[in-house]
Amino acid sequence: MSHWLIYRTFWDLTVSGIVLGLIYALVALGYTMVYGVLRLINFAHSEIFMVGTFGVLISLTKVFGISLFDDGQYPYRSGFVLVAILVCSIIAAMVVSGAGAIVLERTAYRPLRGAGDAYGAVVLAFLTGLIASFLFSDHIMTNLAIAAVITGPVSFGYVRIFRRGRQAPRLAFLISAIGSSMAMAEAVATWGPEQRSVYTTPRVLEKKVLFNFLGADVRIDYVIVAIGAILMMTSLLLFVNRTRLGRGIRAVAQDAETARILGVNVNSVILVTFLLGGAMAGGAAMMFTLVYDQTRFNIGFLLGVKSFTAAVLGGIGNIKGALFGGIVLGLAENYGSSIFGGQWKDVIAFVVLLTVLMFRPTGILGESLGKARV
Amino acid sequence: MSLTEAFRQRTTPQLQLGNRFRALPRSAKWSLSALLIAALYLTPYWPDVPVLGWIINTPGTSFENVLTDQIMMFILVALGLNVVVGFAGLLDLGYVGFYAVGAYTTAVVTSGQFTLPWIAALPLSVIMAMIAGVILGTPTLRLRGDYLAIVTLGFGEIIRITANNSNWLGGPRGISKIARPPSFGPLQFGVLNAKPYWYLGFTVILIVIFVLTRLENSRVGRAWAAVREDEDAAELMGVDTFKFKLWAFAIGAAIGGLAGCLYASKVGFINPDNFQLQLSILFLAAVVLGGTGSMYGVIMGGFLVAWIPERFRGFSTRRYFVFGVVLVLVMVFRPQGIIPRRGAAAGIAKKGESDV
Amino acid sequence: MSDVLLSVDQVTMQFGGVTALDNVSLHINKGEILGLIGPNGAGKTTCFNVITGVYAPTSGTVTFDDKSLLGLKRFQITKRGIARTFQNIRLFPDMSAVENVMVGVDAHSKTSVVGAILGIPRSRREETESRERAHELLKFIGIDEYAEVAARNLPYGHQRRLEIARALGTNPKLLCLDEPAAGFNPAEKQELNELILKIRDQGYTVLLIEHDMNVVMKISDRIAVLDFGRKIAEGLPQEIRNNPDVVAAYLGVPDDAA
Repeated sequence: MSHWLIYRTFWDLTVSGIVLGLIYALVALGYTMVYGVLRLINFAHSEIFMVGTFGVLISLTKVFGISLFDDGQYPYRSGFVLVAILVCSIIAAMVVSGAGAIVLERTAYRPLRGAGDAYGAVVLAFLTGLIASFLFSDHIMTNLAIAAVITGPVSFGYVRIFRRGRQAPRLAFLISAIGSSMAMAEAVATWGPEQRSVYTTPRVLEKKVLFNFLGADVRIDYVIVAIGAILMMTSLLLFVNRTRLGRGIRAVAQDAETARILGVNVNSVILVTFLLGGAMAGGAAMMFTLVYDQTRFNIGFLLGVKSFTAAVLGGIGNIKGALFGGIVLGLAENYGSSIFGGQWKDVIAFVVLLTVLMFRPTGILGESLGKARV
Repeated sequence: MSLTEAFRQRTTPQLQLGNRFRALPRSAKWSLSALLIAALYLTPYWPDVPVLGWIINTPGTSFENVLTDQIMMFILVALGLNVVVGFAGLLDLGYVGFYAVGAYTTAVVTSGQFTLPWIAALPLSVIMAMIAGVILGTPTLRLRGDYLAIVTLGFGEIIRITANNSNWLGGPRGISKIARPPSFGPLQFGVLNAKPYWYLGFTVILIVIFVLTRLENSRVGRAWAAVREDEDAAELMGVDTFKFKLWAFAIGAAIGGLAGCLYASKVGFINPDNFQLQLSILFLAAVVLGGTGSMYGVIMGGFLVAWIPERFRGFSTRRYFVFGVVLVLVMVFRPQGIIPRRGAAAGIAKKGESDV
Repeated sequence: MSDVLLSVDQVTMQFGGVTALDNVSLHINKGEILGLIGPNGAGKTTCFNVITGVYAPTSGTVTFDDKSLLGLKRFQITKRGIARTFQNIRLFPDMSAVENVMVGVDAHSKTSVVGAILGIPRSRREETESRERAHELLKFIGIDEYAEVAARNLPYGHQRRLEIARALGTNPKLLCLDEPAAGFNPAEKQELNELILKIRDQGYTVLLIEHDMNVVMKISDRIAVLDFGRKIAEGLPQEIRNNPDVVAAYLGVPDDAA
C-alpha cells in the first residue's frame, strides 16, 4: 500500500485498481441490495465487513493455529493445504459476516419497522443489561454475568413493547444504523486483544507473480480475488434472477406493499437480503486480508463509505451497478492518486461521485430515484 | 370523530406543558422566562449546587470546560443542523464541514500574517460557512434524500482532507495561537477561566433561538415543513422548493460556522483531526436523539451527546460502545426523540417513508 | 383576449415505450367546468400532470392565459394560476388544516427569507393576512372548526375538502380536481357538487377528473373523453352521454360486433 512514491505504469495501476474495485464492489452489493429492499443506507454494513476480517483472523490463528512468522519467515503453505485454508477462511468470513448481518437486521432495524420479534428483543435486552452492568463493574466476566441475568426479564418487556408494532421515521433507521456501527467497532476496539491497533493476519499465500500483463505484475492473490469476486457476483445474480427467493427480493424492491399482498413473506425476504449482503461482505473481507494482510477495528469505516459511493455510482439498488461502480472507483482512485498524489486518494472517491451525480443523478447504470412520483 | 377527540390526539405531555405555559398571563411568562435564562447563564456554577451538582458534574474534567469546549458547541451545532435536517427534512451527513470552515476561517484570519481582530473574524467565519453551504447546496439539492446524504458526507471529508493537505491551513499540525474574544470589563477571556466563554456562547445561543423561532413561525418555516412533509405536493402548491432548501442549507451552515468560530477561539488551536466524520455523525445523533425538528429537543440532544461521555467517564474506554448501544435503544423505543416536534409525537412514519 | 383559459395542443406524452397521451388537444373556457372522463388508464391523471408541469410533454404545447407553460418550473406554473388536488390525498399530514391552506396562500407571499428573519412589518402583516385568508377559505368549504387539527387526524371527507381549500389558497384561475368524489357516499357527492358549483360561481374555472357519472354529468358545462391516451369525444354532457364511441370505451364492444 505504500507504492505511491514509485512510478507506476498505467497497467500496473489498472490491474491493482481492478482488484481494489472488485473488493469495493463486493461490499457495495450489501449496500445496494439492502437499499433496494428497504430504502435504508445500512451504515453498519462496514462493520459487517470488519467482523468478517476478524473471522478470517480467528480461523487462521486459532482454528488452524498458524502464527505470524515461522522462524522469521512468512508461514507460507502450498498445495492442498493452502487451498483448504483459503476455502475455510472465506467460509469463516462469510459465516461471521452473514450471521452479523442477520443479528443486525433483527436487532436494530426490524423493531423499527414495527416487526420486532423475540430474537431482537433478547439481543437488545442483553445489551441493556451489559451497559447497566458497567455501572457496577469493570470486569468483563462480571459484566457478562449481570447481563445474562438481566436479559431474561427485560426481554419479556421488550417483546411486549414490540407488539405495538409502530413504524419509525426514516431518520431513526439511519441513527440506529449509526449506533450499531459504532457499537460493533467499539466492541472490537475495547475487548479485542490489540484494542485499537493493527492486527496482522498471517500470510499463508506466497504472493508470486504469475504473469506480466503489458508491464504490470499480476500476482496470484490478484487472480484469486478476481476469480473469487466474479464467482460470487455471478452466483448472486443467478440467485436473484432465477430463484423464488430472488424473485421475492426483486418484488419487494419494486413494490413492497403489493409483494406482501401477493403472499411474499417480506420479513424473510429482508432477512435473506441482509444475509446475502453479509455473505458478499464476508467474501470481500477474506480477499481484503489476503491482499493487505491486516485488519483493525475501524477498517470498515473508510472502505464502507467508498463502497457505498461505488453503489451510488453504479445506480443504487442495481446489482450490476455495484460491480461497475466498484471497478470505476478502484480505477479512479489509483489513477487519481498517481496524478494528484496519494494523500488525495480518499477525496477522489467523493469528487468522482459528485461529478457523476451532477450529470447523471440516477447513477451510471441508472435507478430512477430522483423523479417525482405524483 | 368528535372535535375534542381530534384535538386531543394532537397533544402530548410536552405539548400540554407548552400550552399551559402559553396560557399564563404575560407578566408570568416574562418572569418565568427571565428566571430560567438567568439560571442558565449561571450554569458554570451548577456543580456547586447540592443535588443538581452531583447529577451534572463531570468527574475527571472541569465542568465549565466541558460546558464551553463541547456542550456549548454541540448545542449550537444541533440548532443549526436542525434547520437542515429537522425543519427542511434534508439529510446532511457532512455538517462538520461547515463547522470546520468556520473554525479554520477564524484561525487563519486571526493567527496568520495579516491578522484581523476577533470581532471581525466572527462574521467572516459565518459568511465563509454560508458560502460553503451555498456551494455545496446548489448542485446537490436537486438530488433526493439519500443521495444528498452521501454527497454531504463526502463534502465533510473533502474539507478535512484539504485542510490536512494544505500548508496554508496548517496541514496535519493545524493552526495555533488563535485569538480569543476581546476582553472588556469583568469579562476576561483568558486561559484559566472558562466562564466568560459561556456567557458569550449562551448569548449567541439565545440570539440563534430567537432568530430560528421567528423563521419557524413565518412563511419560511411553513415552506420548510411543507418540503419536509411532501416535497412534490409542496412544489405544486407554489413553494419554490429549491430556493428554500438552499436557504436552509445556508442558514444551517452559517450557524455551524458560528459554532466553529467559537470553538476555535475557546480552544486556541485546531487541526484536521478535530473535524472527523464521526463528529458529523455525533451531530446528527444529537438532533435525532433530542427530537428532529424540535428546537428545545435538539438543544437537549446536543447537551446529552456532549455531556454523557464526560459524565460517565467511569465507563472509560467503553464510553462509545455504550453510546452506540444507547443510540440503538433510543431509536427502537423512542424514535421520535426525547422532546419530539409537535405532530411527530406518535412517531408514525409519513408518506413515502414507510416502504416496507 | 379570447375566452379560452387553457389550451392543450397536440400533446403527446411518452414514457419509454408507453404512450400515455397521444396527440391530445383540448381547451377550457374561462369560468366553465370541464369534465375529463375516460376508463381507467386512459391518461386523465397524466393529462393533469402535463398541465401542472409534473411532466414535460414529449411533444405539443400547453398554453395558459395566452402564454406557453413549457419550460416553467412547477411552482411557477402554480403562481401563474393553476392549482390542483390529488387522486390519493397529499396533504401535509403533520401540519394543521389552517397551516396546510396557509402554505397555498404563501405562494403569492412577497416576504423574503431575510425579511422573515428581521421581522419587518410587511412580514408580520402578510403573516396575519395569510392566516385570515386561510380561515376564510376553511369557512368557505365548511371545515373551519377543524382549523387547528392535524391534517392526518381529519376524517376522510374533510381531508378531501381541505385539499380543495389549500388549492384555492394559491389564488388560482384554474382549479384542477383529480377525482374529488372518490370514496364519497351519495349524500357527500351531492355536497361536493354544490361546493364545486359554488367555486365556479366565485369566478374560478374548474377542470375535473371524475369517475362518477352523476357528479360529472350534473355539474360539467362540457366534457372531454379520453381512451388509451387519445381524445375520443368532446362536447356537451348530453352529446357525450349519447356518443357511441364513449359508450364503447366504457363498456367495451360486444364480441359479435368485432
